[in-house]
Amino acid sequence: MKEIVANMAGTVLNVLVAKGDEITAGQEVLVLESMKMEIPIESNQGGKVAELKVNIGDFVNEGDSLLVLE
Amino acid sequence: MQKILIANRGEIALRIIKTCKALGIETVAIYSEADEGMPFVIEADQAFLIGPPPVNQSYLNVEKIIQIALAEKVDAIHPGYGFLSENADFARKIHAAGIIFIGPNPDTIEKMGDKIISRQTMEKAGVPIVPGSHSGVVTVEAALALAETYGYPIMLKASGGGGGIGMVRCETEQALKSAFTSTKSRAKAYFGSDEVFVEKCIEGSRHIEVQIFGDDKGQIVSLFERDCSIQRRHQKVIEESPSPSLSMKTREKMLETAIKAGEAVGYKNAGTVEFIVDADENFYFLEMNTRLQVEHPVTEQITGIDLVEWQIGIAKGKELPLKQSEIKSVGHAMEFRLYAEDPVTFMPSPGTISQLKWGNPDGVRIDYGYVEGSKVTPFYDPMIAKCIITGENREETLQKAAQFFEELEISGIKTNAPLFVEILDDQDFSKGQYTTDFLKNKSLMKKQ
Repeated sequence: MKEIVANMAGTVLNVLVAKGDEITAGQEVLVLESMKMEIPIESNQGGKVAELKVNIGDFVNEGDSLLVLE
Repeated sequence: MQKILIANRGEIALRIIKTCKALGIETVAIYSEADEGMPFVIEADQAFLIGPPPVNQSYLNVEKIIQIALAEKVDAIHPGYGFLSENADFARKIHAAGIIFIGPNPDTIEKMGDKIISRQTMEKAGVPIVPGSHSGVVTVEAALALAETYGYPIMLKASGGGGGIGMVRCETEQALKSAFTSTKSRAKAYFGSDEVFVEKCIEGSRHIEVQIFGDDKGQIVSLFERDCSIQRRHQKVIEESPSPSLSMKTREKMLETAIKAGEAVGYKNAGTVEFIVDADENFYFLEMNTRLQVEHPVTEQITGIDLVEWQIGIAKGKELPLKQSEIKSVGHAMEFRLYAEDPVTFMPSPGTISQLKWGNPDGVRIDYGYVEGSKVTPFYDPMIAKCIITGENREETLQKAAQFFEELEISGIKTNAPLFVEILDDQDFSKGQYTTDFLKNKSLMKKQ
């Protein structure tokens, strides 16, 4: 199971992919807001989105799982 | 006025407490779970926990704040900047509760908070505005047609936006097409309205603002300008007064225009009129901030006026303490916003400040929110402190600033202090020759 984790603590501002989407390495999958700044989270690998672990508005800590790839 | 609740946090809460103490006014602080033990919580006479760290559960919780204000029988609420400071409903609810809101009338806040209405109001008053749409742009076709009229690049802005959020620069038709929908949906999410408008992009511009003050009697004065052109991501990093580049003639015209803008809305209390200035010194109204500005200490240093004291006086119904002819600008002041962020990428750097030793304090005012051992959390803005350097002239101010940042020792988190050292070493900055593109165009910190 491959997963994408948050590289810093923040609030989920936007989720740009849905379950079942095929994504590529480097693609923006999510936008976090931290310290009044928008931080795009890119996938470090390609694959099919198996599960989204967060919703818009959720607060995540550094290292928390954001989504799981098949 | 004997007791004031401060609906804010960090350095600005502490700044307001300072003036209240000098005036013998009791202070009530509110704080979130993330801010326990912060300097402003300790310094206030009373402090109340209002909720978990996220702002909508704490510093934006209107009902809870008013509940505390009523229980503590405060006379007034000071909103600081950000958070609820430009929220007209908050101001109305405070008035309805029989408490004084330290700021302008709710109607003025509402009017100036809507970018399209404020543009219309200013245009009617004869204040020059940036060429652009006169009302909201509903379709992408309409936006494209307007962009064609003004020529690219253009700025696509959210009507409810501000503080550098909700605006996108579009270089081409393609860029405008792709930004249109995303800007609308973002505006809806952030500001509750998806209304957007188009403005001509003023290239090579400076961002200069004027501090104004109005009272109940309708008198309005200006407290001179602040040049805020050093920015990253449309957010200010360094501000100074006087502006190092503006001609005397334009400066005077700008101050007069700011007063005219204030008169157009019957402005009361502290406000700031922001202008964008092109290379030929044509200036245009950008927006009006209906609150105390982050960079207000720059004005305090050159005028010797305590702006918070004036705010409290006017909120009580007093007249402006000075006439325009009695307000003087002496010397030079420059403010540096010390941010917890990577100096190259500007990415946030939350964490614990393990060491913090300020440099030579001669001619330096530090409005801090954190101290050594404080934790900078990801919930709020990354500003650790404002370092305001004052000198007899700009040259002396720059020298003092350079020494101050060379001596500053801060560790545990990344800060933009190394960037200040480089800016102060830059020839163009020393000469006062800079625009809002300064940080984008210079490859400061990226040489190695």
